Amino acid sequence: MNQVHYITELFEKYDGRNIDGYLKNGGFDSLKLLLSNGIEKTVGEISASGLQGRGGAAYPTGRKLKQAREAKGERKFVVCNADEGEPGTFKDRELLKRNIFQVIEGMIIAGICSDAKEGIIYVREEYKNLHDDIIKAINKCYEKKFLGVNLLNSGVDFDLKLFSGAGAYVCGEGFAMCESMEGKSGRPRSKPPYVKQEGFLNMPTLVINTETLSAIVSIIKKGADSFKRYGTEKSSGTKLVSISGRVNQPGVYEVPFGVTVRELVEHFGGGIKDNAKGNFVQIGGASGGILPEKLWDTKYTYENLESRGMSIGSGAIVVADETNDIVKYLKVVQEFFRHESCGKCTPCREGNRQMKVIFDKMIDKTVAEKDFYRLDVVLNIMKNASLCGSGKTEVDPFITAKMYFPEAFTIKEVRIEFPGNDEEEEAV
Amino acid sequence: MNSISEKIVENVCLKYEYDDVNLLPILQELQEKSSSRYISEEVARNVAKKLDITESRVYDVVTYFSALSSVPRGEVIIQICESTTCTVNSNVELKKWFEEELNVSMGETTKDNRFSLIYTHCIGACDISPAVRVDHDVYGNLTREKVKEIIDSRRVKR
Ligand SMILES: Cc1cc2nc3c(=O)[nH]c(=O)nc-3n(C[C@H](O)[C@H](O)[C@H](O)COP(=O)(O)O)c2cc1C
Ligand code: SF4
Ligand code: FES
Repeated sequence: MNQVHYITELFEKYDGRNIDGYLKNGGFDSLKLLLSNGIEKTVGEISASGLQGRGGAAYPTGRKLKQAREAKGERKFVVCNADEGEPGTFKDRELLKRNIFQVIEGMIIAGICSDAKEGIIYVREEYKNLHDDIIKAINKCYEKKFLGVNLLNSGVDFDLKLFSGAGAYVCGEGFAMCESMEGKSGRPRSKPPYVKQEGFLNMPTLVINTETLSAIVSIIKKGADSFKRYGTEKSSGTKLVSISGRVNQPGVYEVPFGVTVRELVEHFGGGIKDNAKGNFVQIGGASGGILPEKLWDTKYTYENLESRGMSIGSGAIVVADETNDIVKYLKVVQEFFRHESCGKCTPCREGNRQMKVIFDKMIDKTVAEKDFYRLDVVLNIMKNASLCGSGKTEVDPFITAKMYFPEAFTIKEVRIEFPGNDEEEEAV
Repeated sequence: MNSISEKIVENVCLKYEYDDVNLLPILQELQEKSSSRYISEEVARNVAKKLDITESRVYDVVTYFSALSSVPRGEVIIQICESTTCTVNSNVELKKWFEEELNVSMGETTKDNRFSLIYTHCIGACDISPAVRVDHDVYGNLTREKVKEIIDSRRVKR
């Protein structure tokens, strides 16, 4: 089983920075194909490829482009989501670093297909060391007339700029992202209307992930069938995974859907460090599910992971070995969400505070049966009543861990409680 | 502690056409110019005035984003990652090395106001975890010697 180089085809072929290198290797051919074949046919090809959004929600990209085109507004925007905030994820970083022109070409294509004239690459502040190179690449594209008024004499205009995030995980969510670009604290808005109808400046906005954009370019160039040759019927094509943690070869790998999680850990990740025994992986970022070692033969596809109560998410695979304790791990995840919760809605804001109380007790081993009961109640409310995807999905690691590590959520020792010594909830 | 003059605030706001939509890049740029790496009350007030928005809106934004600060910090900011991969790979030693080298505890600033040592969440360098960010530079797979080198090279203003 080898790595595939479908989306990452040019990673080894040029330095990723020099536009001439990109052009020599077929750069902007997809844009030219779009200009000669027309929007309908091109979007049809993307739909036929079965590509699903790689930002986490897995929405069919072809359908998304079609809907974006239908949306009406005085101005329309496309935003490349390069906020990459899910802990354990660094694959968009590689796309920005090693083939930024492909991302830019994807943005121009998405702009034309959705009839938007303004594009923004929203890059997380943590990738500040990449910002200058991205801006330089954008300028080069203006120079060579791939951007701007009447690009490539096509009669189409498209402008592109970079926007820097400022270190807020929730700003990866479409509305929160729009709010931050409008000079506000980035908190999600309630839906409907949706971002695609009233997003940035209340205008139709297409938010699309960096990897999705890169995949679009490759699919247009090589055809839908070539993409579908990889993967399964329901999980078409290839995926960039970020493998990290207790493995010998952490890194970004492009793999066909359908490999097993064990292959990801042992083959691509190079196996567990120090010949230790595997314990679990967290799949898809901090909001992803926990899969114990005994289930690592599960296939890495949308459908197979769904049957285990988890999803592909951001494509992160964080590997833990026997020296890593599940409760301590979950506590780290919990701290992350408590810090990142934007506080706008009660279920997520207060749920995180209650979870902290419970996890502190689990670590101290002072936890009681009723705390576990309360944990269930909190998780249930968060999952069902949170305003945005953050609160709704951050329960997944806890729910799956309870499923697969039940012993961590049961009381081993009998504890004597003294009357009048009832724990108090953390004050708000 | 240096302060950003009204003139500098004026110039940055002018560059962004006094449009409050650009509040985030304006604040980021001003903080970048402040040697104590924060948005002071005076700067916040001046920005609010120039953009014709409320001071509380400016503070809402400054306090919401981790990359912005409303309190003074060291000239060099060192951030140690405490997210999932970096704890699985144990960042405890790394933290100790930086604390020893700087003679401060996590969350503190050195007496000469040169360095602040703080925690951060995932900086997308999990492949070289445990990872650390020193201003805009990212490091991983560190040794005790390398930590010393990184700090020594920044002890004095360049
Ligand atoms: C809290 C939260 C954080 C998110 N962070 C990201 C992110 O960092 N990168 C990303 O591409 N999508 C992120 N998403 C998903 C986006 O909202 C959106 O679905 C995605 O960018 C759409 O692009 P796609 O269709 O190409 O997947 C996040 C969603 C939520 C709710
Ligand atoms: S779910 Fe959490 S992050 Fe999302 S709006 Fe509610 S408080 Fe904010
Ligand atoms: S978890 Fe530390 S850099 Fe990603």
